[in-house]
Amino acid sequence: MSVTPAPRLRSRHLLSIADLDSSEIDLILDTAVAMKEIGTRTIKKVPALRGRTVVNLFFEASTRTRLSFELAEKRLSADTMGITAAGSSVTKGETLADTARTLEAMSPDIIVIRHAASGAPHLLSTICRASIVNAGDGTHEHPTQALLDALTIRERKGRLAGLTVAIVGDLLHSRVLRSNVLLLTKMGAHVRACGPATLIPPGLTALGVHVTTSIDEAVKDADVVMMLRVQHERMHGMFLPSLREYFTLFGLTPARLTHAAPDVIVMHPGPMNRGVEIDSAVADGPWSVILDQVANGVAVRMAVLYLLAGEEVA
Amino acid sequence: MPVVMDADRIGRSLMRIAHEILERHRGTDNLALIGIRARGVPLAERLAANLKTAGGLDVPTGSLDITLYRDDLMRHQVGPQPILRRTEIPFSIDGKMILLVDDVLYTGRTIRAALDALIDFGRPSAIQLVVLVDRGHRELPIRADYVGRNVPTSRQQSVQVRLQEIDGRDEVDVDEAEVAR
Repeated sequence: MSVTPAPRLRSRHLLSIADLDSSEIDLILDTAVAMKEIGTRTIKKVPALRGRTVVNLFFEASTRTRLSFELAEKRLSADTMGITAAGSSVTKGETLADTARTLEAMSPDIIVIRHAASGAPHLLSTICRASIVNAGDGTHEHPTQALLDALTIRERKGRLAGLTVAIVGDLLHSRVLRSNVLLLTKMGAHVRACGPATLIPPGLTALGVHVTTSIDEAVKDADVVMMLRVQHERMHGMFLPSLREYFTLFGLTPARLTHAAPDVIVMHPGPMNRGVEIDSAVADGPWSVILDQVANGVAVRMAVLYLLAGEEVA
Repeated sequence: MPVVMDADRIGRSLMRIAHEILERHRGTDNLALIGIRARGVPLAERLAANLKTAGGLDVPTGSLDITLYRDDLMRHQVGPQPILRRTEIPFSIDGKMILLVDDVLYTGRTIRAALDALIDFGRPSAIQLVVLVDRGHRELPIRADYVGRNVPTSRQQSVQVRLQEIDGRDEVDVDEAEVAR
């Protein structure tokens, strides 16, 4: 890496990649590399967060992110509580602010939140004394996903700077895209974004991204191809004529990958729609680092929790 | 800034310690060296080299980061977390005679943390402690089995170990400057 890692994070929350500078990103990734070793031990637990309370507030469906955070918290010996929207006071009509105040009264140290509304973690950070970790907010950001993607790329390529990364799929609804674009451009990678014209958000070019509607153009000579899920649940309109057509025009197949760099890696934040955005032969093929991403997710979240826990105000 | 050990003296101490280890573990083949990051790691590697030249032994060597086991980790209310480095123990420590290596033995709290960390990796047959400098002022019932040099100090002093691999030269100084620990 070209820059020296920062000695600490400046903020005690992780709300957005936009708040981090490149030296802080390096600090998180370097810490994650050290955390990864813990997962290879027989006793996969260290006492670093012993006696700390972490609340996982998941207002939106999530399997891997929630499990990944829970595992990270347990490996650091934190006490954890989980709240999901179903079966909580949220279904009884409580506002997020009131839920936050109620939680605040139980004095947790860290709150991990996933919410369908962009900005929900930010709102929490203005109410709670706890450190807030954004685990995905609406179509805004998913910072730990971008960090684990960066760790995976760095592991395989040895660097981020100078790489060409193609991000293909439902760009409009993707918080993973936003966090990744911010992170990758900060770290000096070249980002290409590709999707159907109906699913391209405005303003991407201003972030330094090359935008195209041709997957072949996006994939050509790319070092990394990152596929995004088609988010049916957020599409309340006629964005796509059919999934079959989508696969024909934007699906990643082995044939399309032959135009990428010879050592290209393929990533997907999951959950995958096989046969929609990605061919099974690619998802299970030698290019795929999708399961590395899952393993790195735990390490990155351990790193974030560890670093934030030291930033408590007196 | 008085220099209490120069490069020559550090080298001779490490060779003497290697001979002491060989004498006390004659005929054993289950030794392993584990250096505590940062400066215990090059010391462990040098001891491994000495054990090879002096006794023909190939001793596996690992490195241990004790940051996550520190007893003061979450106690400073303001301030950054210590930087975490990799722990690399590429062998099973079960049944091994572990030689734990650090540069300075002071309060004993680092060693306490290291013992906790090591025991999470398995059940060694025994653990012995090797330090380059013992400066006294223990706060826990811990002692070293092999000592390069005993250096009497006051708590106000700081002991700096510099090693070629990390600092570009070999030297141990005792400094009067107040140091935060």
